Amino acid sequence: MGRTLFDKLWDAHLIAELSGTSALIAIDRVFLHERTGAAALKSLAAAGREVADPARVFAVMDHIVDTRPGRGDGTLMEGGAGFITETRSACRAAGITLFDVNDPDQGITHVISPELGIVLPGLTLIAPDSHTCTQGAFGALAWGIGSSEAEHAMATGTLRVARPRTMRVTFTGRLPAGVTAKDMILRLLADHGAGGGAGHAVEFAGEAVRALDMEARMTLCNMATEFAAMTGLIAPDAATSAWLEGRRYAPSPLPDWSDLTSDADAVFDAEIEINAASLAPMVTWGTSPGQAIAVSGTVPQGPERAHDYIGLAPGQPIAGTPIDVAFIGSCTNARLSDLRRAAAILKGKRIAPSIRTALVVPGSGAVRRAAEAEGLDKVFTDAGFEWRMSGCSMCFYAGGESFPAGARVISSTNRNFEGRQGPGIRTHIASPETVAASALAGAIADPCGGAA
Amino acid sequence: MIPFTTLTGIAAPLLRDNVDTDTIIPSREMKSTGKTGLAAGLFAPWRYADPASRAPDPDFVLNQPEYAAAPFLLAGANFGCGSSREHAVWALAEWGIRCVIAESFAPIFRTNCVRNGVLPVELPRAAIAALAGRTITADLARQVVEGHPFAIDAEAKAMLLEGLDAIDLTFKHRDAIAAWQAADRAQRPWVYLETRA
Ligand code: SF4
Repeated sequence: MGRTLFDKLWDAHLIAELSGTSALIAIDRVFLHERTGAAALKSLAAAGREVADPARVFAVMDHIVDTRPGRGDGTLMEGGAGFITETRSACRAAGITLFDVNDPDQGITHVISPELGIVLPGLTLIAPDSHTCTQGAFGALAWGIGSSEAEHAMATGTLRVARPRTMRVTFTGRLPAGVTAKDMILRLLADHGAGGGAGHAVEFAGEAVRALDMEARMTLCNMATEFAAMTGLIAPDAATSAWLEGRRYAPSPLPDWSDLTSDADAVFDAEIEINAASLAPMVTWGTSPGQAIAVSGTVPQGPERAHDYIGLAPGQPIAGTPIDVAFIGSCTNARLSDLRRAAAILKGKRIAPSIRTALVVPGSGAVRRAAEAEGLDKVFTDAGFEWRMSGCSMCFYAGGESFPAGARVISSTNRNFEGRQGPGIRTHIASPETVAASALAGAIADPCGGAA
Repeated sequence: MIPFTTLTGIAAPLLRDNVDTDTIIPSREMKSTGKTGLAAGLFAPWRYADPASRAPDPDFVLNQPEYAAAPFLLAGANFGCGSSREHAVWALAEWGIRCVIAESFAPIFRTNCVRNGVLPVELPRAAIAALAGRTITADLARQVVEGHPFAIDAEAKAMLLEGLDAIDLTFKHRDAIAAWQAADRAQRPWVYLETRA
C-alpha cells in the first residue's frame, strides 16, 4: 500500500518505536521565541542539561517586542523587557543563533524561518508556538509543542510523539478572483468545526492548493492548529524549490525532494473535499475560528455566549457591521503578497473617518524593506494606516498596547477568542483584502464588491 | 513529577466548548519567565469581575466555595485550544487541578498535561454532564472514571503512572539516537548545520 506524505516524513525520522502509538522521532530544527523560549532554556539549564546541537536551534524576539519605530528592549507590556533580556542571555549561554530585536532578519517566527531557509522540505521542525504548522507549507513536518517538549527536543534531538491519524483536505477546481487561502481555511473551519482535525495531521491537496503561491500556502497551513490538527502539510513542488533557492540556511544546490508526495494509492484515515470554485470571501462572526461565514451571509444561531460577547444577533447580515479598527499583520497574513493585495485595494483612497485605528505590521524586517522598496508603505500611510516595525503586535494581547476598549476589529490574524486582542475586544478574522475593503467602508465589506 | 495513580475529589463543571489557553492563563498574567506564580492568573478573564481590582465574579465555577479545592475540572469539546503555552497547565496544576475531563482536547495541551502530571480524560458529553458537582474517582491503571472507561496512549499512561521524566527516559535511547544521526548525516548532510562564526 502506498504511503502518505506524512507517513514518509514520519518513517524518515523514526528512531525507535515506544509503547502504544508513540515513537521516538528525530527533530531537525528547533525555533524559540522570547515568550516561551527563555522559560525552556532556563529550565533546561536548571536541570543541568545542555542543548545537544545548538547549530540547529534558532530564536527570535517577536511576541512582545514593541513595534513602534525606534524600539529597544522596552515593551509596552509590564515586565516584558525581562523576557527579552533573559532570552538574549539564555541564547548566548546556549550558543543559539538569535535574531534580536533590531536584527535586520528579525520578524515573526513563522515568517522568518522560511525566509531564511531554516525550514526545508523533508525536515522535522518544532517550536513552542502553536502556529508552527505554518511551515508545513514547505513539506516539512512542523508542529507546535509546549515548553517541556522544547526542552526535550533541545536536550535529546528527539521527541516522543503519539502518531496522529492522517487526513487529506482536497480543494478541487479553481478559486474565484479575490478569494484567497484565508477564505479556504475559514471555509474548512466553518464546515467541519474548530475541532474537526483533532488527532490528525492534515495534508492540503488538489488543484486549488497547487495553484497557490508559497505565501498563500503558508496562510492555509497556518490555521491547521485552529482546526485542532497536529499540523498542516503541502507536498513540495517546483514552486517550493524556486522559493527556497538561495535562502541563507538552505543547501546549494537544493536536494531532490520529488519523492515527498503522497503515493497515488496512499490511504488517508479521513478525507474532506471542498469545491474551491464555490468559495467566497469569509469572515468570522463569533469567538471561535470555526464561527465563520461568507461576508455576504447572515449571522447564524450560535452559542449564546458568543452572540453576547460579539454583540451580533442571529439573522443579521454581517456586511455593514460598523468597525472601529483595521489590523493587517500576523504569521497568517503579513507577508509581501498579503501587503501588496491589501495595498492594491487601498491605493489612492482613504479609510473611513469612523475608523479609530488602522495598523499594518509587516511580518518581518525583510517584508518591511521589500514593501518599502515598492512604495507600499506610502500607499498604506496615505490611506490612513500606521506603518510599523515587525512583530506579533496586537495579533494577541500581552497586557501592553491595545485597541480602544470594546473596539470591533477587522483583522487579518488567526484567532478571534474572547479577549484575544485585548479585554472586551471583538475580533473578526478575514483576508487582508477584506480588511482593506472594510477599512475603506468603515464596516465589514466584501472585497469582491458584494453587499457592503 | 508526582505519579498519578488514583484521584478522588469534587468535579468542577466548566461545560463550555473551545476553552482556549489565552483564557486559561492570559498572556498578561505570565509575568516572569518561570513556571510558578501562575495560579493567581488562572481563568482571570472569567474569574475576576474586574480585572484591575481582582474582585471575584461569584458566578464563575472556581469561585464557588464547594469547588475551591476541586481536583477535577469538567469541560466541553476542544479544551485547551489556541496558544501552545504550557503556562496553562502550570497554572491549572498550581491551582490544584490534577485531572481535566473533556469531550476532546487540543493536541498540544494534552501533551502538556501529561508532561506535568495532569491526567487528560476524554469522555462523551453526556457522561461529563452527569459528573458535574459530584465527588468522583479516576483510576488510571484501570482507565475508568466512575464506571466510564476512557482511552489513553500507553506511553502517556506509563509516564503518568510512574511520574517519569521524559528526558531521562529518552536518554536511555542515547545509543540508538547517536547511531540514527550518524546514518542520517551521511544521507542528508544538508540537515546538519555548522555553527556560524
Ligand atoms: S503573529 Fe500571532 S499567531 Fe502568529 S506567532 Fe505571533 S502571536 Fe502567534
